[in-house]
Amino acid sequence: MSNSTDNLQKIKSSLKRRSRSESRFRWYGRVAIIIGLAAVLALFVDIISKGHGAFKATYIQVDIHYDGDRLGVTSSADKSQLMQANWDALVKSGLREKFSDVSGRRDKRQLYKLVSNGTGFDLKEHLVANPLLLGETESQWLLADDDIDTYYKSWLDGEPYDARLTKKQIQWIDQLHQQGDIRLQLNTNLLTRGDSREPEQAGIYGAVMGSLLTLLLTLMLSFPIGVAAAIYLEEFATKNKFTDFIEVNINNLAAVPSIIFGLLGLAVFINFFHVPRSVPIMGGLVLTLMTLPTIIITSRAAIKSVPPSIREAALGMGASRYQVVLHHVLPLALPGMLTGAIIGMAQALGETAPLLMIGMVAFIVDIPQGFTDPATVLPVQIFLWADSPERAFIEKTSAAIMVLLSFLLIMNISAVWLRKRLERRW
Amino acid sequence: MKQAKAAAKSATDTKSNPKQNLEVDTTQATVGNRFCENPKMSMRDVNVFYGDKQAIYDVSVDIAKNEVIAMIGPSGCGKSTFLRSLNRMNDTVDGCKVEGEVLLDGHNIYQQNLDVVELRARVGMVFQKPNPFPKSIFENIAYGPKIHGLADSRVDLDEIVEGSLKKAGLWEEVKERLHQPGTGLSGGQQQRLCIARAIAVSPEVILMDEPCSALDPIATARIEELIEELSQNFTIAIVTHSMQQAARVSHRTAYFHLGKLIEVNPTEQVFTMPEHQLTEAYITGRFG
Ligand SMILES: Nc1ncnc2c1ncn2[C@@H]1O[C@H](COP(=O)(O)OP(=O)(O)O)[C@@H](O)[C@H]1O
Ligand SMILES: [Mg+2]
Repeated sequence: MSNSTDNLQKIKSSLKRRSRSESRFRWYGRVAIIIGLAAVLALFVDIISKGHGAFKATYIQVDIHYDGDRLGVTSSADKSQLMQANWDALVKSGLREKFSDVSGRRDKRQLYKLVSNGTGFDLKEHLVANPLLLGETESQWLLADDDIDTYYKSWLDGEPYDARLTKKQIQWIDQLHQQGDIRLQLNTNLLTRGDSREPEQAGIYGAVMGSLLTLLLTLMLSFPIGVAAAIYLEEFATKNKFTDFIEVNINNLAAVPSIIFGLLGLAVFINFFHVPRSVPIMGGLVLTLMTLPTIIITSRAAIKSVPPSIREAALGMGASRYQVVLHHVLPLALPGMLTGAIIGMAQALGETAPLLMIGMVAFIVDIPQGFTDPATVLPVQIFLWADSPERAFIEKTSAAIMVLLSFLLIMNISAVWLRKRLERRW
Repeated sequence: MKQAKAAAKSATDTKSNPKQNLEVDTTQATVGNRFCENPKMSMRDVNVFYGDKQAIYDVSVDIAKNEVIAMIGPSGCGKSTFLRSLNRMNDTVDGCKVEGEVLLDGHNIYQQNLDVVELRARVGMVFQKPNPFPKSIFENIAYGPKIHGLADSRVDLDEIVEGSLKKAGLWEEVKERLHQPGTGLSGGQQQRLCIARAIAVSPEVILMDEPCSALDPIATARIEELIEELSQNFTIAIVTHSMQQAARVSHRTAYFHLGKLIEVNPTEQVFTMPEHQLTEAYITGRFG
């Protein structure tokens, strides 16, 4: 009797200790999660605060007179005339008209530097699109030079950065601001153009296309090969020393630093098979090597999770092994395989090092149109911009990171969605 | 050594493996009525190995047409192993090797050029745990006929599905929900679905490995009834751990012990006057 009350006493006192250690343990977990979230939040705040500016660009309003005589253009359909015309002169005369008090060659040169040096080209495109403008005058918003852009944005934020401007230029900007002839506008270049030496003209469309082409090829190669390998290893290969050896190797490959795959690609594909460098084919091949182990491992896990009783049922009905795989194992394993593939693709999307080894780090202005056009990819573009000295590339870099992160986010969300969608609950 | 020699000497008629050294009395051949005329299946000197480990020793027995033969014995004695060697389901187990002859209508199913696909269509199987495909009830039944090309048209297929479900006594319960998942049925219904799936390809023999062990008594009773009905058209070999079940559904009962077939006799006799003392020990509950 006294014994049992004794025990109760002991249990009661231990209860308190147990619940205390349990709540302590919960707090450890919470603190860990808070630290993680804080780090992610800090990263996002930093990137967004730096990068959001890049989605707007500074534009200056100037009256442009499309003077046919001066350009030597009689018809906007004549290509050779358009080629030879001095478009910059249009911009310059427009600017001179706006600031009629500016004289002297040095001042004028400073004045011309207010707008981007690609403006002449833009005007030509504009005239081709609107042939009726020939001989007319139109007031147009011209893209400002990157130094002006940087200054104007920082000035609007209250901490002007004027290191790269002259006093006169600052004065002109002031004047433009008072007249309402300078403003921030959506930066369409960022998402529609390729790379450029001039920050205000640089865009990530080329890199996005390069990434898409490279990833498409990676997916087309690595998914079927990976799934086929996984099915063979799980369903057909007899378990022996040799398959064990293969398994160990696949697991090891998944852990190999990605730059090694770049070197392998360089040695095998470029030096031996003479695949051209800097093109999506090359990138796709190297990234396929890199993603294959991931896809094989996740696919095998997905196949393993199909209950053996289903296989037995089908075999017992007289299905061949191939039919068992095709009719039962694959449909059940597919959501897991697709999730694995998307995770592999997300990894490949962010991969930089191996692509540096195979020349996808080149400066490429043109938008790649196919698998054999020279291209770069998003993370490499980020690397290139982060490495550029112009201050305006800082916000571009962060903007490119934002684009990359949103692609990753989309991929991860679609992985979750696919899994929910395809997973059968019966 | 002496023991092994003795075993070999007295076991020449059963062709038992002289290497074996069981703690049971292995010198005796299977007792009882194990052979019959015109058997549907007959097994001769079947030995089954998992790697180096032998699971079945020299089993010889016949299964008559349209009979229900029950296989009983303590767990781990090799009932499932033996049953699965009758439609070569053991082929799917790595390292499993079957020796001896298993004849279906006089033809050895282990001969080299035999296609297991055809064999398994003729010798169907129902497993311990109900294992419907994660597909609709209709698709579950239609699967076998589809892969074997048994239905010429959609109407044919509908007929096969309906007929199989009726034979399995499930039609009335599911006819309104043929296109709902088979896994949504109760355990007993699922097992009858699996039986319907097996008979949809009109097999000659149905192997059942403890088909009721995962079911409640009412569902079990329904399956037992069903087995009795099916025995009019099919030959059935059923493994069971329940002696009552064996007594209720089977015509003959085979008692296995440590991989050996100890006794085969008409069920009534096995449960009233077992010939072998091991059988007696088992049915009186001295081990199991
Ligand atoms: N896949 C396997 N691999 C190795 N040994 C097995 C395997 N399946 C069964 N065995 C062994 O074979 C013997 C017979 O098993 P089993 O036929 O399942 O017995 P029962 O169905 O009578 O309970 C047991 O000793 C078991 O451990
Ligand atoms: Mg068993």
